[in-house]
Amino acid sequence: MPALLEARNLKKYFKSGGGLLHAVDDISFTLEDGKTLGVVGESGCGKSTLGRTLLHLLDATDGQIFFEGRDITNPTKEERHAFREKMQIIFQDPFSSLNPRMSVSNAIMEPLILHSKLGKDDIRAETRKLMDTVGIARRFENAYPHELDGGRRQRIGIARALALRPKFIVCDEPVSALDVSIQAQIINLMLDLQEERGLAYMFVTHDLSVVKYISNDIMVMYLGQMVEKAPAEELFRNTLHPYTKALLSAVPVPSLRGKKKRIIMQGELTSPVNPKPGCRFMARCQYASEECERPQNLEETSPGHFVSCHKYKEIDAAKGDAV
Amino acid sequence: MPENILEIKNLVVEYHTDDAVIHAVNGINLTVEKGETIGLVGETGAGKTTIARAILRILPTPPAKLRGGEIFFESRDITGLSEREMRKVRGNKIAMIFQDPMTALNPIKKIGSQISEAIMLHNEISRTEAERRACDMLETVGIPSERYGEYPHQFSGGMKQRVVIAMALACNPELLLADEPTTALDVTIQAQVLEMMQGLKDKLGTSVVLITHDLGVVADICDCVAVVYAGEIVEYGRAEHIFDGAARHPYTIGLFNSLPNLDSSERRLKPIKGLMPDPTNLPKGCKFMQRCPDAADECGARSPDVVEVEPGHQVKCFYAGVNK
Amino acid sequence: MDEAVKGRSYSGQIWRQLRKSKITVISMVVIAVIVLAAVFAPLLAPYSYEEQFTSRALEGPGRDFPLGTDRVGRDVLSRLLYGARQSLSMGIIAVFGSTILGVLLGAVAGYYGGFTDGLIMRLLDIFQGVPMFLLTVTLAAVLGPSLRNAIIAIGITMVPGNARMMRASILSVREMEYIEAAKSIDASDARIILKHVIPNSIAPVLVSFTMGLGGAVLSGSGLSFIGLGVQAPIPEWGAMISEGRNLMRQAPQLALYPGICVMITVIAFNMLGDGLRDALDPRLKS
Repeated sequence: MPALLEARNLKKYFKSGGGLLHAVDDISFTLEDGKTLGVVGESGCGKSTLGRTLLHLLDATDGQIFFEGRDITNPTKEERHAFREKMQIIFQDPFSSLNPRMSVSNAIMEPLILHSKLGKDDIRAETRKLMDTVGIARRFENAYPHELDGGRRQRIGIARALALRPKFIVCDEPVSALDVSIQAQIINLMLDLQEERGLAYMFVTHDLSVVKYISNDIMVMYLGQMVEKAPAEELFRNTLHPYTKALLSAVPVPSLRGKKKRIIMQGELTSPVNPKPGCRFMARCQYASEECERPQNLEETSPGHFVSCHKYKEIDAAKGDAV
Repeated sequence: MPENILEIKNLVVEYHTDDAVIHAVNGINLTVEKGETIGLVGETGAGKTTIARAILRILPTPPAKLRGGEIFFESRDITGLSEREMRKVRGNKIAMIFQDPMTALNPIKKIGSQISEAIMLHNEISRTEAERRACDMLETVGIPSERYGEYPHQFSGGMKQRVVIAMALACNPELLLADEPTTALDVTIQAQVLEMMQGLKDKLGTSVVLITHDLGVVADICDCVAVVYAGEIVEYGRAEHIFDGAARHPYTIGLFNSLPNLDSSERRLKPIKGLMPDPTNLPKGCKFMQRCPDAADECGARSPDVVEVEPGHQVKCFYAGVNK
Repeated sequence: MDEAVKGRSYSGQIWRQLRKSKITVISMVVIAVIVLAAVFAPLLAPYSYEEQFTSRALEGPGRDFPLGTDRVGRDVLSRLLYGARQSLSMGIIAVFGSTILGVLLGAVAGYYGGFTDGLIMRLLDIFQGVPMFLLTVTLAAVLGPSLRNAIIAIGITMVPGNARMMRASILSVREMEYIEAAKSIDASDARIILKHVIPNSIAPVLVSFTMGLGGAVLSGSGLSFIGLGVQAPIPEWGAMISEGRNLMRQAPQLALYPGICVMITVIAFNMLGDGLRDALDPRLKS
């Protein structure tokens, strides 16, 4: 049985000023039915580009994408129309992802009008069902996006994504624009939907606490590359890559207890344009040495735990000594 | 007896639009001690930014209207100051940092001269002296002074926010109002900026009002916390009165419960039900009542008084004193 | 609390905003009066516009001729009313045509970008290199004086501005996430342009349309004034000013009345344009 979604050596480069911006660089992964892959990284690491490339909102520069075992890297128009029904996206900004001139019901209806063979009345009924599913009261049917709060707008975005009964949804920072109390409502809704419908998510976010909460596997990206990938628990318990460590330690914890020592990284993201071979995190890494200038491969250190670092063993050993 | 740098008494701010009156701030009392960092926490639309703007008197009027209240800065009521006197306070004694560093810097001016001009505006010193102080300030926030002559676009987001902080601190203000200073930054950069702010606070002794929605940031650098909901402070206390299960107001408790709890095995979060009330049409009694799991009839009848549940820990709830 | 949200559509909202400004309402009323006067000129005018009462030429305002008569004894009021038809239709047709053409060019340039964009924009650059009124006059002169040619001349001159505005507006809308959202459900280019792009980028064009009406009325009068527009004996405000100009000392009202009409019309359209811009740009309000 093939995985629901598989990316093989996926690359997406953009022409940029003096060269090629490596937004997504040689990423491979598989995602099973009904599971969630969390993709974390800082702005500019290519996590959103990865999601869009998988959905063909951007064309891949190189590599292959398989969906339900079929190569969909270069789809025909008909193929693309067909898989758009199975692969959907929820956007980050509920304020710009809805057309301000479309009422709630028209926005939710749009995918049905484009894809389903239902009659007008059936589409209307289906739209109402979707509104119930995502928890938007009927009284908002004729409202326009500007009349709704962020949480309700995001529910519309979810309803649109669900309308065609997809099997896979890219969630591009779906809750980062929302307040905490609303964020929790939306995350619960997404978890409910996943259980009811067996959805697979790729959850793109910069928020590590959210990603740990909902993901089966987590992929950490840095400047277009995957630096570490592991099952969620494992990644937090047995962090190997120095970037992941720094990232985890940087998250402010809402508690006064057990304040851990932050790893404050020096410098900021280097440019993803024409990167040198070798480790891209080197410039900010406290453990960097000459050998890091050599290209490196992903290494599977335990089942499902991949890391891309020449020195992870050394670093791990040093940590053991310190304790 | 510690000295209070800022004392807000019963502040009320409304926005009058064509259609309605938005009750943004509804009777806020707040005291900031010298050298202390206080976190104003709350969700979008709770009125946090309006409070900061009211302190600096930079509310857009109209539509904003200061309906009442006094703001004592260094024991002087600044609500009645003339615009001219206020200008001496603003930027000099009270400085503000905004969320978006991009809009706070003039794109066509060297960052160094932006800082030195701010210094010269408030101090009668020579240009050379101002430039020297600007260089010092850059070094203080962790930017090499060689970058004095560079333009904002040559800096990344985190570096720009440092420049903005340097500019705000250049005149050695007594009070710094920081409105979501790290929200636009990535976590690793946020960690750098927070670390730097913490260091500066220790070094310069500036009092800080930090506005944020992130309880994690508050836990990091704040001494005191004021939780703002629908234009009211619903809970106030020292950090240890708020964090790690010490909070008493149902809204604060709800906020903590909404966060993903990494230790819990439950597959669902516990959100606060419903939405913040419409600020044009606030309920009569407790403003949190509709969303409160413990609401009783009494809560709808009148607004609860502030109760001191332990020294320095105040809660605006009828049932805060009751142990559950 | 639980009543249905009525769903105030965007246009409904704009209408509400428009009605709030007194100046806008006044300008709308003024425009309505002028338009009605033009439409019902045959009913309202006491005389025909070309009937000459030669014995009563150059009379001041009086009972028989409310606004007096001109050099050959034609009733000024009647000529003003009929003149409104020429002036307004010149403005409206020219602006309508130039807006449609401009929007199409701008939309194509903005949405497709690249070579198409470069080609269209460079062509428009050339047009805009010549001072606007000079271009109108030259075109009108080359085409020959007539109402139709004046409309064409005015319209063509206004195309580049409209195209540029539409293009800028589309460029910003094209970056919005809802365009990507529409692509993610495989909406066609045509649907995206018609349903998502144009409705969200048309606002500035509406404003310029309204403002353009005032400008076009002015240009039309200008052309007629120098003899390149509407030809005698058909009355037009600019032509009437031109006729009255030689008699400024004896009968200043002959130039004054049509002048006032042009001024009021232009100001009213500009005010409405301003009001519309405020209503369309929520950032200025609230």
